[in-house]
Amino acid sequence: MAQKIFAGISVDVNDEGYMTDRSQWTKDIAKEIAKEEGIELTDKHYTLLDYLRERQAKGESLTIRSVGTSGIIDIKGFYQLFPGAPMKKAAKIAGIPKPASCV
Amino acid sequence: MAKEEFPLKKVCLICAKGTIEDVYATLVMGNGAVMEGIETKIFFTFFGLDAITKKQMNSLHTGTVGNPAMRMPGGLPFPSILGMLPGVEAGVSAMMKNQMEALDIPPVTEFLEMIEAGGGEIYACKLAMDMFKLKKEDLWEGVKDVLTVGDFYEKCGGLQTQIIFT
Repeated sequence: MAQKIFAGISVDVNDEGYMTDRSQWTKDIAKEIAKEEGIELTDKHYTLLDYLRERQAKGESLTIRSVGTSGIIDIKGFYQLFPGAPMKKAAKIAGIPKPASCV
Repeated sequence: MAKEEFPLKKVCLICAKGTIEDVYATLVMGNGAVMEGIETKIFFTFFGLDAITKKQMNSLHTGTVGNPAMRMPGGLPFPSILGMLPGVEAGVSAMMKNQMEALDIPPVTEFLEMIEAGGGEIYACKLAMDMFKLKKEDLWEGVKDVLTVGDFYEKCGGLQTQIIFT
């Protein structure tokens, strides 16, 4: 298992850089992963990250549509918060596995 | 590692058929590309225009005749003759839509809106519009433009670009 140091803490990551142990996640770690992705986290980002972590913990599949109906943000806003590949980036920063859904 | 050196930058999709499965193949691939941060352009032509025609877009059907891959629930073959009965095509199509909804696959309009929200562009084919006597106002509002084939090719240029005919 690969290790990576974020915010002075060593965390387990897979070869694509996704954290493999969600319990190691902290907001400071998120901030550093986000920095690597070129994103400066705001409160809105954190609200969304919490939402994604919560859904993932319940075993629900993470789709971009579910983000759009979360009441936190619309899909356009989601693309603005995490430019480029929003679901993947958000999952990586949230310390959860890469989304396995095609939608 | 070709994947690292030449990632896809642009995907141009062409949808020429109007069944649920043909349209959704295009929409899933288009939305998937947008979600990967790939520039995405979708060109609807011939019967594919149904997917962006206000009157038709949310009542697409799947063909129940002449489709050998069609199965009954449970996996038994679906006799073509059954598919000819009134209401069967509508029933099968409704079932397909329910299955998709369960997987969080949205209705056509919502799906197109999602693609647009991510910066994907939707185009209609001029020639097919003329053939079907359609006007721009018959189309979904998000359609960016009505293009000739030449116009579309102009938009499809560039390295690391793929044109996909679904």
